[in-house]
Amino acid sequence: MSAGLIIQIIAILVGISCSTLGVFLVLKNMSMLTDAITHTVLLGIVISFFIVRDLSSPFLVLGASIFGLITVFLVEGLINTRLVKEDSAIGIIMSFLFSLAVILISKYAANIHLDVDAVLLGEIAFAPFHKITLFNRAIPKSILESSIILILNITFVVIFFKELKISIFDRNLAITLGMLPTLIHYLLMALVSITAVISFESVGAILLISFMIGPALSSYLLSKNLKSMIIISYIYSTICSLIGYKIAMILDVSIAGSIAVTIGFAFVLTLIYKNVVLERK
Amino acid sequence: MIEIFNMFMISYTFRVVSIGCMLLGIITAIIGTFAVLKKESLLGDSIAHASLAGVCIAFIVTGKKELPILLLGALLIGIISIVLIHIVINYSKVKFDSAIALNLATFFGLGLVLLTYLKKIPGAKKAGLNRFIFGQASTLLVKDIYFVSIIGIIILVTVILFWKEIKISIFDKDYALTLGINSKFYSFLISFLIVITVIIGIQIAGVILITSMLIAPSVAARQFSNKLNIVVVLASIFGAISGFMGTAISATNTILPTGPMIIIFLSFFVFFAIIFSPNRGLIGRHIKNYRRNKEIIKKYDRRNIL
Repeated sequence: MSAGLIIQIIAILVGISCSTLGVFLVLKNMSMLTDAITHTVLLGIVISFFIVRDLSSPFLVLGASIFGLITVFLVEGLINTRLVKEDSAIGIIMSFLFSLAVILISKYAANIHLDVDAVLLGEIAFAPFHKITLFNRAIPKSILESSIILILNITFVVIFFKELKISIFDRNLAITLGMLPTLIHYLLMALVSITAVISFESVGAILLISFMIGPALSSYLLSKNLKSMIIISYIYSTICSLIGYKIAMILDVSIAGSIAVTIGFAFVLTLIYKNVVLERK
Repeated sequence: MIEIFNMFMISYTFRVVSIGCMLLGIITAIIGTFAVLKKESLLGDSIAHASLAGVCIAFIVTGKKELPILLLGALLIGIISIVLIHIVINYSKVKFDSAIALNLATFFGLGLVLLTYLKKIPGAKKAGLNRFIFGQASTLLVKDIYFVSIIGIIILVTVILFWKEIKISIFDKDYALTLGINSKFYSFLISFLIVITVIIGIQIAGVILITSMLIAPSVAARQFSNKLNIVVVLASIFGAISGFMGTAISATNTILPTGPMIIIFLSFFVFFAIIFSPNRGLIGRHIKNYRRNKEIIKKYDRRNIL
């Protein structure tokens, strides 16, 4: 497999697994929580690094995912005091945990290869070089990881589709039916954190936010039911990854950046199409 | 404390940096109060990330790295962002937070594209453009302070001039309409002020931390009062104290970075206010509930006896 093909496969896999969850995040009005999680997992990575002292350990992923959940928990705790509004709660917790991470890094880990920029920006172009052996064949690590995440996310959504749907659109009904919407909510957020942490290495935080929100928003404009919204968002994220990769190759610029711009542009086009063409009919 | 005072008298750099951070703390606190009340506090985060694209565009167009030119580029992108966000939320069913998240990712992506494009141009002095985004409080110069103060005074005057209009448009849009106040214009004005504040702030505090400097002081101040003017004054006091103390701690302990220290102080103000504020705080509310329950029980007990 050529490096270019691998990058495109990774982008498509990550894109689809992000938009699977992104659809629900958009419908629950929690888009900015993704932004918060992508920043605060840094603290999880730092703290679990102090415990295991190994940057390639799987415990780093576990620790970081737990911190994603802690973020959600703290934000909701603040909101539940009814003293702070949702957006302010996200802002406060996000910057607090991120500052702790930066302070810890600069105080105790200044000599270690743990760079704030590297975590936040990520570089998909390097993804083909990290390989692991599986069944006597060398496979890029990111492809394996993102396929596992993709399967995990899709399985979750398929199994809990009814529960997710009802707890988003009518929370009280879900409670009366005994569906435990809070548990579903935390499971969803756990998957968001795990996806964020795994995809960091390959695509970086910014493309992650873009993949979670962009395709879901574009298909939100076009679709009228949940299933078609998920499927249209898959189409969007796949096409945008391919176009964004092509543009990046032609101009020789950041792949993650150009995919993010393509996704944003696709949303603007959809918005214009929706408002100009569909309204006129 | 005495040590910090001595350092303030002796060290020129410390004086400059701490005054700069205090001023920034005050300005962000004042504008942040309106942002928090309008539930637009994360707009700052979005604009701060988006400004990377603006900085790069300004550098590509002019080829210069002077601060005002770069900030002008950031301002341009900031204004484009708020116009786009307002269009999206007015002309579709997309909610505000999704709109700002997409705006953040798209423009930051554009910024990354432009940064990698700049890297290919030979000979350009592009180094340090991305450091602009992560903020560097300790490199503050006196001319930066003048710059921040002038912008701050402009923002303050605008807020004082339009105080009544801004207040009414935030709290009661319909009432504003009956008074003939164009609340859409004032809502845009506040967004515009948020953009300016964020852009002068990012070079000091960095992208992620400027969000907290906008939100935290006013959230803390809000717990102590229900009056807008008191909240604004208290918030700016909190902002100033955090700005100064953050600088002082990081100056006495050179390993600790300034920006994050300021945020830690701000966060402590928030947590303290939420727990201990006399009327709204968690403990205060608990005591109030306890007293009320006791009174009710007492009342019913007496009836039972009679």
